[in-house]
Amino acid sequence: MRYVEHDTVVRRMNGRMVVNTIFKSIFLLATLTALLALFVLMYQIVTQGISHLSFGFLTNFASRFPEQAGIKAALVGSIWLMAVVAPTSIILGVGSALYLEEYARQNRITTFIRMNISNLAGVPSVVFGLLGLTIFVRALALGNSILAAGFTMSLLILPVIIVASQEAIRSVPGELRDASYGMGATKWQTIVKIILPAAIPGILTGSILALSRAIGETAPLIVIGVPVIIQFLPAGVMDTFTALPMQIYDWSSRPQQEFQQVAAAGIIVLMVVLLLMNSVAVFIRNKFEKRY
Amino acid sequence: MIAQSKGKKNKQFVEKLIPFILFLIASVSVLTTIGIMLTLIVETITFFTRVSITEFIFGTTWLPFSNKEAQYGILPLIVGTLKVTLIAILVAVPIGISAAIYLSDYASENVRRVLKPMLEVLAGIPTIVYGFFALTFVTPVLQGFFPDIKIFNAISPGIVVGIMIIPMIASLSEDAMSSVPKSIREGALAMGSTKFEVAWKITVPAAMSGIVASVVLAVSRAIGETMIVSLAAGSTPRFDGDFTGSIQTMTAYIVQVSKGDAGYGTTIYYSIYAVGFTLFIFTMLMNIAANYVSKRFREEY
Amino acid sequence: MSMTHVLDQKNKTAGYEAEGTAAAASRSVYETKQLNLWYGANHALKNIELDIKENEVTAIIGPSGCGKSTYLKTLNRMVELVPSVKTSGQILYRGRNIFDKDYGVEELRTRVGMVFQKPNPFPKSIYDNIAYGPRIHGIKNKKILDEIVEKSLRGAAIWDEVKDRLNENAYSVSGGQQQRICIARALAIEPDVILMDEPTSALDPISTLKIEELVQELKKDYSIIIVTHNMQQAARISDKTAFFLNGEVIEYDKTDTIFSNPSDKRTEDYISGRFG
Repeated sequence: MRYVEHDTVVRRMNGRMVVNTIFKSIFLLATLTALLALFVLMYQIVTQGISHLSFGFLTNFASRFPEQAGIKAALVGSIWLMAVVAPTSIILGVGSALYLEEYARQNRITTFIRMNISNLAGVPSVVFGLLGLTIFVRALALGNSILAAGFTMSLLILPVIIVASQEAIRSVPGELRDASYGMGATKWQTIVKIILPAAIPGILTGSILALSRAIGETAPLIVIGVPVIIQFLPAGVMDTFTALPMQIYDWSSRPQQEFQQVAAAGIIVLMVVLLLMNSVAVFIRNKFEKRY
Repeated sequence: MIAQSKGKKNKQFVEKLIPFILFLIASVSVLTTIGIMLTLIVETITFFTRVSITEFIFGTTWLPFSNKEAQYGILPLIVGTLKVTLIAILVAVPIGISAAIYLSDYASENVRRVLKPMLEVLAGIPTIVYGFFALTFVTPVLQGFFPDIKIFNAISPGIVVGIMIIPMIASLSEDAMSSVPKSIREGALAMGSTKFEVAWKITVPAAMSGIVASVVLAVSRAIGETMIVSLAAGSTPRFDGDFTGSIQTMTAYIVQVSKGDAGYGTTIYYSIYAVGFTLFIFTMLMNIAANYVSKRFREEY
Repeated sequence: MSMTHVLDQKNKTAGYEAEGTAAAASRSVYETKQLNLWYGANHALKNIELDIKENEVTAIIGPSGCGKSTYLKTLNRMVELVPSVKTSGQILYRGRNIFDKDYGVEELRTRVGMVFQKPNPFPKSIYDNIAYGPRIHGIKNKKILDEIVEKSLRGAAIWDEVKDRLNENAYSVSGGQQQRICIARALAIEPDVILMDEPTSALDPISTLKIEELVQELKKDYSIIIVTHNMQQAARISDKTAFFLNGEVIEYDKTDTIFSNPSDKRTEDYISGRFG
């Protein structure tokens, strides 16, 4: 006796194919919806901001008058901020990754550090702001300086850089290590001469992506009290400053319609900076991909 | 000879010193966590010397700026956060999981190579940009359809937070689905399954733990999201079920106080730590839950 | 439904009635005509002509990369999962060209079961693995499903080993048992043909023996096409053997003839272990 009648199977086939097609369309449509949102967002910002974008916008300080408002202090401030965040977070991140990948024994402390890193990545950025406010701004009396903001941001992106560096270090083939040890090199020599050079493209790519997150991050800066209207450029890391997202936030939250356009222009500048950083990351990744 | 042995000694010294230094560096992340916990706990305790802990947890009025009598019941802020999170999840879960299924089970290699990086772009956009988008585009569009919606509301930032977390759900779920071995899919296809049947009856159930974990992580991200709600949700803490008017979330309150000039040492100043601590507990629980789900229910192939 | 298809159905029914007779045994399941297949620029199958008979075990042997697996996967069009595949020529399954536009792969694959190189049960319970096929074909009745599960597991000679653990995950049993569960899974949709792609290559000798015995048992009810790199296995279990080399069929004959008296020098070299 047959249970699965071929005729029945054939009869039901059309219905099943229709269901398949419907759901395929739904899934595709959902994917395209997400991309449409991206497109609309970009389009909105460019059409709103392009009219305000000029050379003067880049070289003017902030102003009460929308037509005179510029982004100079914020742009320079963001660059200063990166000048603190990049070395701090990369040194801490790569150091931690080296410890975890090359030195750490499989014990409870190591497991704890690993768990801690993955949990830290899930802490909201505004909470990092509270940490920065308490420790850097007040306890260490750094005030709302570039240094205080830079340290806060460094801790915020530290988990991302650690994980990216760990992956880069892990992907260095074991044979390279063995070859180095085989020639009598010490562990540290092997790390400096063999492992780090081989892992650097991966580390850099991950770090740049992490930095591009830091440069767009707003909430921690607000919490540690970074001001907005600044009419001078910082001269050192202990100076107060403002940053691109702070400036954009201020413009966006102003009631006058004209400032919306200024905000959009600011966003274009921020997105161009991000685009440049990401292009560098992609360039590095492509250039050094598949070397083994 | 002497120089060599001296060099050797230095070398040994370096080899001993380096792991110690690297260990110190690696402990920075642990110190950060400890720093966050201590900061939040210490300042929250100070806050509770001034405001009763029962009022904070069970109070349904959040009125810190009142001249007469300030009230610190956090429930309105939690409700505000949950409103935005709910909308975000309603937007992001169907779209994110659909996109993940499309990418893992339908899209050809070429299509995937185009679509995935584009979704990743969505993940790389700063939240301040999303906030601007919510305020200047999504809200006016919503108002066009539903004139009752106020300029500040829970729906518009909810939708945009949803858009923001789509890539997270899509990419983590897709990872989980793609790790279901090809041979298992082939087994199902070889029995005359349609692609939908393979995706729905084989891939999705097999990847369920990863999918659930991705959603939980996305919820955690939505709860902690700050700039979108600061710009578009308003600053009216309220304990009700209204989505169309101004609300306030926990994160937006912290921002509101920070950019104002509540002096150091005031109760309002300490209140942001109490709110931050509550936020921290919420997101921590979510992260731990996500971890648990993906470990506990991982499928063995 | 096309006219020829209706005829096929009749033929098929007739075949059942005449089961075991010489007339039935001589009926063709698959007729391959001038089949060519390319992976991109790589010409993987060249002018294949092969006539596969009902209720026989047909073994396909040959060295790695000779196209034997590719040919097998062409028979249920699984080969098309590789994006760059192109084919020409015809494969008639029960008289109908499987490459016809209106012949859905899903329909074809419900008639042609497949067992893979590595056991690939679904990450579900043993019961759900077997019930998967009947369920997608619309059988919902629990009692009928129970019967199908038992019948299929018995058919794959694994019922006694797993009958008390049907709700356990299919990955909780040994590799050899997993492979028989996969065979049972294929039997559950009551196919006409079973394709086996080196089904024992990942198994230990005892499990291999069990599968080989099973194949002997199954050929009473099914036509079986088995790819194997193990020549002894082909000699032990098959009625016909096709020898593939560099994408061509070098020789196709009764297994006895192929192994005792091959007509082509290359076949002789291969089976005597001079290459491969």
